[in-house]
Amino acid sequence: MVKEILIDLDRCQGCKSCEISCAVAHSGSKSLFGALYESPSPRKRIYVMDIDGSPVPINCRHCEQAACVAVCPTKAMYRDENTGIVHHNPNRCIGCGFCEMACPFGVLNRYPGSKIVAKCDRCPEREIPACVEACPTHALLFLTPEEAQLEKRRKAAAQLSQPGA
Amino acid sequence: MGEKSVDQASLKMLKKAAREGISTAWDRFERQQPQCGFGLSGICCRNCNMGPCRIDPFGEGPNEGICGATADIIAARNLLRMIAAGAAAHSDHGRDVVTTLYETALGEAQGYQIKDEEKLRALAAEFNIPAEGRSKEEIACDLAREAMEEFGMIKGTLQFLNRAPEKRRELWKKLDISPRGIDREVVESMHRTHMGVDNDYVSLTLHGVRTALSDGWGGSMFATEFSDILFGTPQPVRGKSNLGVLKADQINIVVHGHEPTLSEMIVLAARDEELLEMARQKGAVGINVCGMCCTGNELLMRHGVPVAGNFLQQELALITGAVDAMVVDVQCVMPALAQVAKCYHTKIITTSPKGRMSGAEHVPFGEHTALDTARKIVMMAIENYPHRNQKLVEIPDECMEYMAGFSVEAILKALGGSLNPLLDAIKSGQIRGIAAIVGCNNPKTTQDEGHLVLTRELIRNNVLVVQTGCAGIACAKAGLLLPEAAAEAGEGLRAVCQALGVPPVLHMGSCVDISRILVVASAVANALGVDISDLPVAGAAPEWMSEKAVSIGAYVVGSGVFTVLGTVPPILGGKGLVDLLTEGADGVLGAVFAVEPDPRKAASLILDHISAKRKALGLEP
Repeated sequence: MVKEILIDLDRCQGCKSCEISCAVAHSGSKSLFGALYESPSPRKRIYVMDIDGSPVPINCRHCEQAACVAVCPTKAMYRDENTGIVHHNPNRCIGCGFCEMACPFGVLNRYPGSKIVAKCDRCPEREIPACVEACPTHALLFLTPEEAQLEKRRKAAAQLSQPGA
Repeated sequence: MGEKSVDQASLKMLKKAAREGISTAWDRFERQQPQCGFGLSGICCRNCNMGPCRIDPFGEGPNEGICGATADIIAARNLLRMIAAGAAAHSDHGRDVVTTLYETALGEAQGYQIKDEEKLRALAAEFNIPAEGRSKEEIACDLAREAMEEFGMIKGTLQFLNRAPEKRRELWKKLDISPRGIDREVVESMHRTHMGVDNDYVSLTLHGVRTALSDGWGGSMFATEFSDILFGTPQPVRGKSNLGVLKADQINIVVHGHEPTLSEMIVLAARDEELLEMARQKGAVGINVCGMCCTGNELLMRHGVPVAGNFLQQELALITGAVDAMVVDVQCVMPALAQVAKCYHTKIITTSPKGRMSGAEHVPFGEHTALDTARKIVMMAIENYPHRNQKLVEIPDECMEYMAGFSVEAILKALGGSLNPLLDAIKSGQIRGIAAIVGCNNPKTTQDEGHLVLTRELIRNNVLVVQTGCAGIACAKAGLLLPEAAAEAGEGLRAVCQALGVPPVLHMGSCVDISRILVVASAVANALGVDISDLPVAGAAPEWMSEKAVSIGAYVVGSGVFTVLGTVPPILGGKGLVDLLTEGADGVLGAVFAVEPDPRKAASLILDHISAKRKALGLEP
């Protein structure tokens, strides 16, 4: 089972470390100080939103029935069936913007001055995605869905087993 | 990053720490990775409660704070606050030494005496204090009061600025950055960085230079000069360095921190026959006082006291299991010490009313009862010796001899009483230039590697290296502070060192003693009739970590010396500020900063700079 980037909302402090690490991981130099001086600036692929004063990180869900893939006229957007990751090939991209309209999550970003999109690729060259590694409170987790559900079941079961329950 | 350290003693103690499940700064550094990009770039502002505000360094999010502050303003304000904190630390240390001299002059300080009357009288002349027919105590009393006046200045600009070459003084005046009081500039820094005051990054930065100058030519210089009056001006002295100076069969007391006022008294108390007898009754053959960090530097340069290590070795000293008491005062004292000490019998003793630590014992130290307090502390260490768990004791054998104590006076003496032999060597190219390598350790880089590689590259290329602080201790441990190290120097520098019997790397003291380097640079500039910025000299802080180092960097550049930083300062998000500090400042101050983590490349930058300056002076590049 493939690991996914999962979000534990209660833990997010809104520090945006995930955003910066994401941009740096997708920069030419792969280092913060190098990335600061790159042109065009590297793009982030995760967004910390403000919902009624609470921070909520959101990123590509790598949908099984990915609308962005379905509408892409050039197959620039495609899903790797082995890993379940929805990738984007900028060489095939014509910058039509269909994927942006189709994505229900609004997590596609453009390079500055261009209509070519940048999206989460789950950091294929890294063991742990940069955003997850950067999160100081473990609000971002890199787990298989089974691991995540098991952890929740354990917590719920432990709660139920409290004396006097 | 590569290895944690190039120091074998450090590596051995890190292995022991891992075996015993003790975490050190290196482990905690790992736990902090990756570090916050906003913080690293200097574009997070917490100066008011509309915030915190952050600038998106990649231009997608906000490009100004709620008040409208840009990345440059935020980075410059943060930098200025770092400078202010660093200048405050050095200068408050200076104030304590001034106070000690004052109380000594009044006969109210226990155990202190005026050791260097010649320096006292020279300073009195500098401050226009009548000395004819007066006792040294009378003069010292007036001098100390004059010095106190410089902290809360009402009369103009700092007296010590007059030591700088005339061109430099004129430049400071023209830029309106001559410091007007040591405390004032720090206060003004805090004012300017308050919400909505100085909203111009150039103006903020210029005040940063002024604040830093109030440290280098003020607080630090008082710390140096008045310590010399009280404890003696350093002269070349030999001693030993690294964790191997700890003794299995003696009471080991490590004095750590910065101010010499306490540690001098501990050294005195440890020589007390009554206490030595007490130690023998507990089964120890002696009392071994060792230094750590700049307290170590203060003691080693005046007494040849062994130095157990530099900044990143403070926890490692405890991990030897052989330290009976670590006595600390102020600055660079990790709060982690109390935790590490719990794993052994070691007592951590805090002494400064400014520096408490939960989990440590506090023995308040003051001038009036200084020697009694020092005796009490030594006794606590003696009483604690029987609690040492021999099974946990492992002292690394690394122990290297050093020669230190190169005050300005000592350098002049080594040169035969005049700067001329040094000037001649520089003119002939035997010595191509002088580089000051200073600063800390930082787990962001391999411990001591930056110091050692840069130092070796420079001396090999006939650049005389002067050092202070933890950089100096790094070189002590590596044997570079010995006259024999001249063998590693280029032909010209080697010949000069051999003729004078001095090392190619001169240890000039603690971090406040960078003021001594300013005095040497001024003397050389004055002798050549030029400004400091015309000299073939450079500064470097390869492993810096503290805010004091930021203040040092700013006053060194502000004094006209090109300076290379080895760890990246948290300002890169302010691109205008970066341009100002690395390029624009050249046209204003005659010097700039460079950032270069690779010590070999840093050496090239320094060598190129020295060549260019030599050429401009009409010397063989």
